[in-house]
Amino acid sequence: MQFFLQQCLIGLTNGALIALVALGYTMVYGIIGLINFAHGDLIMLGACLALSLVAALGLGLGDPGGMAAAGPVGTWLGIALLVGLCGLFCGGLNVAVDRIVYKPLRTAPKLAPLVSAIGVSFIFMNVGLFWLGPADRSFPELLPAANLLPGDGLQFTWKDLLVVLIVGPLMLALSLLVRGTRLGKAMRAVAQDPTAATLVGIDVDRVIAATFFIGGFLGGAASVIYGLYINTIGFQMGFQNGLYAFTAAVLGGIGSIPGAVVGGIVIGLVRALSSAYVGERWTGAIVFAILIVILVFRPEGLLGRRTKEKV
Amino acid sequence: MREFVRERWDLVALVVLAAAPLVLPALGGALGGQVTTLFIYCILALGLNVMVGYTGLVHLGIAAFFGIGAYMMAILTVPMYPFQLGWLAAAIVSVLVAAGIGLALGAPTLRLRGDYLAIVTLGFGEVVKVTLRNLEQITGGMKGLNPVPPPGAGVKIGPLDLGLAFAVDPRWFYYLALAALAGVVVAMRRLEHSRLGRAWVAVREDELAASAMGISATRVKLSAFAMSSAVAGLAGCLYAGSLSTTADPNAYDFSRSIMVLCAVILGGLGSIPGTLLGVAILVGFDTVLAPWADSWIQQWNVNPSGSSLLSFSGWRLAIFGLALVLVMRYRPEGLVPSRRLAAELHEAHP
Repeated sequence: MQFFLQQCLIGLTNGALIALVALGYTMVYGIIGLINFAHGDLIMLGACLALSLVAALGLGLGDPGGMAAAGPVGTWLGIALLVGLCGLFCGGLNVAVDRIVYKPLRTAPKLAPLVSAIGVSFIFMNVGLFWLGPADRSFPELLPAANLLPGDGLQFTWKDLLVVLIVGPLMLALSLLVRGTRLGKAMRAVAQDPTAATLVGIDVDRVIAATFFIGGFLGGAASVIYGLYINTIGFQMGFQNGLYAFTAAVLGGIGSIPGAVVGGIVIGLVRALSSAYVGERWTGAIVFAILIVILVFRPEGLLGRRTKEKV
Repeated sequence: MREFVRERWDLVALVVLAAAPLVLPALGGALGGQVTTLFIYCILALGLNVMVGYTGLVHLGIAAFFGIGAYMMAILTVPMYPFQLGWLAAAIVSVLVAAGIGLALGAPTLRLRGDYLAIVTLGFGEVVKVTLRNLEQITGGMKGLNPVPPPGAGVKIGPLDLGLAFAVDPRWFYYLALAALAGVVVAMRRLEHSRLGRAWVAVREDELAASAMGISATRVKLSAFAMSSAVAGLAGCLYAGSLSTTADPNAYDFSRSIMVLCAVILGGLGSIPGTLLGVAILVGFDTVLAPWADSWIQQWNVNPSGSSLLSFSGWRLAIFGLALVLVMRYRPEGLVPSRRLAAELHEAHP
């Protein structure tokens, strides 16, 4: 039982991380109907920047078992700075790619932006290859491995807390933004019908740019968490992680923001449980088999809306 | 003469390719094997073109069917298994199995909307890859299955031992793959204008309107799925045969599917010459141009320190990606668009 609970806890933390990435896919899809294949690799570049910043700020120095030389306050401030800078970097890069690559293709056949996104993903991968080198790099441990829960039962370490501390506020901020602000309203309007949104005076291009920025920002934050939590990064990490996150987005109902969160957590749980009970090497097959089964019975995803086809 | 080349590019290409091994001795060596692989990818891409080009269903897992064809071929012929069918029989069974699996995947999933279907095919590709990798007792795990015997093993025509000839001289396989490719091209061209081919296009253009005209969209889509899988399976058979091994399961992963998809879109959706050109460019870039440019750089000693920034293959992905982005930007209909698609695009944006 305790083993099961522990796996669930791992699944939840992993799922939160997947959800953060899935949001980037689902928001872009919801607004321009593009499967942004480059999103995973964008996060890989964010992780590259995070690694370089850790070295530049000297955060990784000190006792690997305890808090780093920067001290607890310094470390947490450093992590916050990392999240902010990598978020800005990934958000900015995402907007730039949209402006240069996807924007001219808004009226092109539907597959054109998809192939362009695959192209961008290759370019990002090549940049990552130059940045990190061909081998995987280890990301320094910044947080102590001590258990925060009493007793020797369940393990909940500083790292897990870090995931909760970053993902929670970001999700809250996102839902406030989408529900409560003018920008959020405009985003929902553009997602529903871009032409009608233009008619009521919404600057569609700006809204799309904002969406790419927010998706990228969340991805940048995810890249920092990924580095600190998984501790290994490599130029090919974007593909596999992107695939899981994208699966999560589809599972939850692509285009739906709460759907991405639910989907991420479900995928995280499935991954953790199948790794624990069936074996790590079958995880990929199980995740995708479940995805296929769910889509067969609920083609619109868990929280997606069923759209009626019109003539 | 020019007119003739433009009209009958296919015959010209076939004659040139058929004569090439007689003129170029290099095709008897490693280059011959590479060109054979190129032909096989052309067949694979033509199979994918049925789904993506004609029927408009995005398929992100074609490599899975490529792999199923290759592994079925191996299972039916390697000494490890009791079947040891002849080459042709094994190929036919493998193609049928691939088509059957395509049907089994398509039947429950075809009612999904476009992007969801794409994800199902992607997921299926991953499931197949992981299964091939992990079922070591059946698939040999990362080692793959081998040796796949050459076609015509044990068959003697006069003094010529056919199996031995295939094993020794890559030109035999070159001709076999070329013949298969020519056959697939002819079949595709016939299909394109058949009742079924026109139904595929009708479903791509407007599924509702097509069903209003009495076309059963589900059946038409299913047949596209089966046809696509069968042709991909055929490509897989030839692949396993030409390498005489299935190679490791990573040869059938997502990146392979994506490469073939990019080739089809780059060349022009629904266009046979476009598809062939797309494969020639992408695969040719990877297996011919990149190594050549690297050896050239080495020869001129521009890169004494061996930095990856100064080697051509270090930039491979970026060049590849940039090419995709630029083609989509300036020729979204592909390099050699199908006439129908090109006409539509120009109508939509005068």
